Amino acid sequence: MRIAVCIKRVPVMDVKFRIAADGKSVDETGLKFDVNDFDLWAVEAALQLKEKTGDGEVAVFSLGPDAVQEQIRKALSMGADRGVHLKADGTSADPLSIARALAAELKATAWDVIFFGRMAIDSADQSVGPMVAELLGLPCVSAISSLEIANGRGTAKRELEGASEIVDFPLPVVLTVDEGLNKERLPSLKGIMAAKKKPLESKPAPINGATVNVVKMELPPERVGGRIIGEGAAAVPELIRLLQTEAKVL
Amino acid sequence: MANIFAFAEQRGGELRKVALEAVTAARTLADATGGGEVHVLLVGAPGIGGKAATLGAHGADVVHVCEHAAFANANPEAAAALAAALLAQLAARAGVFAASAEGRDLAPRAAAKLGVGLASDVTEFSVAGDAIHVRHPTHTGKVIATLALTGTPALFAVRPNVFAPVPNAKAGRVETIAPAADPAASRVVVKELRGGGKAKLDLSEAPVIVSGGRGLKAAENFKLVEDLAAAFGNAAVGATRAVTDDGWRPHSDQIGQTGRVVSPDLYVAVGISGAIQHLAGMRTSRTIVAINKDKEAPIFKLADYGIVGDVFEIMPALIEAVRAARAQKH
Ligand SMILES: Cc1cc2nc3c(=O)[nH]c(=O)nc-3n(C[C@H](O)[C@H](O)[C@H](O)COP(=O)(O)OP(=O)(O)OC[C@H]3O[C@@H](n4cnc5c(N)ncnc54)[C@H](O)[C@@H]3O)c2cc1C
Ligand SMILES: Nc1ncnc2c1ncn2[C@@H]1O[C@H](COP(=O)(O)O)[C@@H](O)[C@H]1O
Repeated sequence: MRIAVCIKRVPVMDVKFRIAADGKSVDETGLKFDVNDFDLWAVEAALQLKEKTGDGEVAVFSLGPDAVQEQIRKALSMGADRGVHLKADGTSADPLSIARALAAELKATAWDVIFFGRMAIDSADQSVGPMVAELLGLPCVSAISSLEIANGRGTAKRELEGASEIVDFPLPVVLTVDEGLNKERLPSLKGIMAAKKKPLESKPAPINGATVNVVKMELPPERVGGRIIGEGAAAVPELIRLLQTEAKVL
Repeated sequence: MANIFAFAEQRGGELRKVALEAVTAARTLADATGGGEVHVLLVGAPGIGGKAATLGAHGADVVHVCEHAAFANANPEAAAALAAALLAQLAARAGVFAASAEGRDLAPRAAAKLGVGLASDVTEFSVAGDAIHVRHPTHTGKVIATLALTGTPALFAVRPNVFAPVPNAKAGRVETIAPAADPAASRVVVKELRGGGKAKLDLSEAPVIVSGGRGLKAAENFKLVEDLAAAFGNAAVGATRAVTDDGWRPHSDQIGQTGRVVSPDLYVAVGISGAIQHLAGMRTSRTIVAINKDKEAPIFKLADYGIVGDVFEIMPALIEAVRAARAQKH
């Protein structure tokens, strides 16, 4: 099986962000970065599929500045076979412009499965995977939380709001991975050593033609919470009163 | 005057609340861009056309109905092909989908087919000359981006529970249309829809969400959360990752960074610590109530009303009090 996985470098979110001087981006000074959560599960899904079928390769693609090679190395240390760094200066707020740059590279190979994360947690677009599928003319199942592949076909589960769908599809296919599909493996020491010797190719991949652009970025208003109204069941009447008279939700 | 397109979601032959929200958002956009017509696409099994009147009542000028047995379940390939074809045929200025599981699957497909821009999880619109500006939370809700879409049509997926459905009767003229791609020939086939009974409100539409965390100690104690949701009458049940990881609740109930993002009128956090990744999914709730035995729990920093104490003591009293308050009102 020929398996591709697209991964994005994203900031670790447990910080208070600052807006950069241009007013249109997040100040990256002091931020830590990692592979997007959903993309780790996409890498894991690819590795499990390769292990199950017993042959083939897992290739990892990431679009962005040189720094994304760090995230590609992480995927290689988990067990992916090779990496492709699609070198672009910045990124784009237009998911279609990203999808086009990725599709232009992916189309050169007859992949059986191309995995994406459901969503990048920084852009929060949840768009690039299905867009690449359309650009390549491939079938697509998005946000899968279970997966079985055998004999050139597959079945996946998609979680909806309060329900789920069981979906049948043929290969080749584009799949985007939701939480719940698997838990990612940690890179072993051996994996980390091996990753240093695995092929990582870098080639230019300009991002063009964005029609969605950032006008400004700002921090949301702080929530003024922090009001403790009482202790134990004795506080319940006061809560009911506040829900009725102040919040007006009861 | 520009036409605005909206996609009306249905499940099992019933319109979803997000369908009315998409129509309402489209109406707002149509009025803001010069009072054009709102054209709504409704696909479903034969008989779905009976729901068109409800869309007209919420601001649709024209409802394009496509009935086909292979539209009984979601059929993303055929639905996206039809949405793209109709957007092109109408020369629409913009198209609105819901930022739901289905809408966030269809909108990017339609955008790629048409080669146009898409903004997802939109919470606000404004018109700025030739561009449409939107607000879109990024970085797990810790940053708000304002985006300008300059292409035509500009596509949007609007966050559930933000554009409250507004009755606004329009002609609601019904036009029957043929599929753009044979729905029975789709490569991807939804062969089964599980759960989601009609009576049950889901997380994207419930005005009240009662969520439980590890403080409930065991799966069976989630009954307290369910009972409180039932007492409110208009509530859905949510959970933390600690709970979905342990299999007490399905992953589709998870709220947070890697789960659903919700903004109900009222969010009740029961035995939830308030980890940063959980807050990412519920921070924009209008009113937040927290019940936790640890007065230092981070959830209290966000809560409008906190009660410190044991959930097993407080919940039975709260369930009774909410029942009584609702009984008194009716
Ligand atoms: C990459 C990543 C993504 C994540 N995504 C999500 C996500 O989407 N959603 C999510 O929720 N989490 C997510 N998490 C996990 C998150 O970090 C927390 O671990 C999780 O939210 C904790 O759940 P909890 O509040 O139920 O449990 P805990 O943190 O264990 O809190 C339990 C709380 O219950 C209280 N308690 C205990 N007993 C009682 C009692 N008898 N009465 C009253 N209170 C009591 C305790 O004081 C405590 O505050 C993610 C983590 C990572 C690393
Ligand atoms: N710069 C990128 N490089 C590689 N993959 C990406 C990039 N941006 C997005 N993706 C992939 O597309 C998915 C969805 O991203 P988004 O549509 O931005 O939420 C991510 O989970 C990744 O799998």
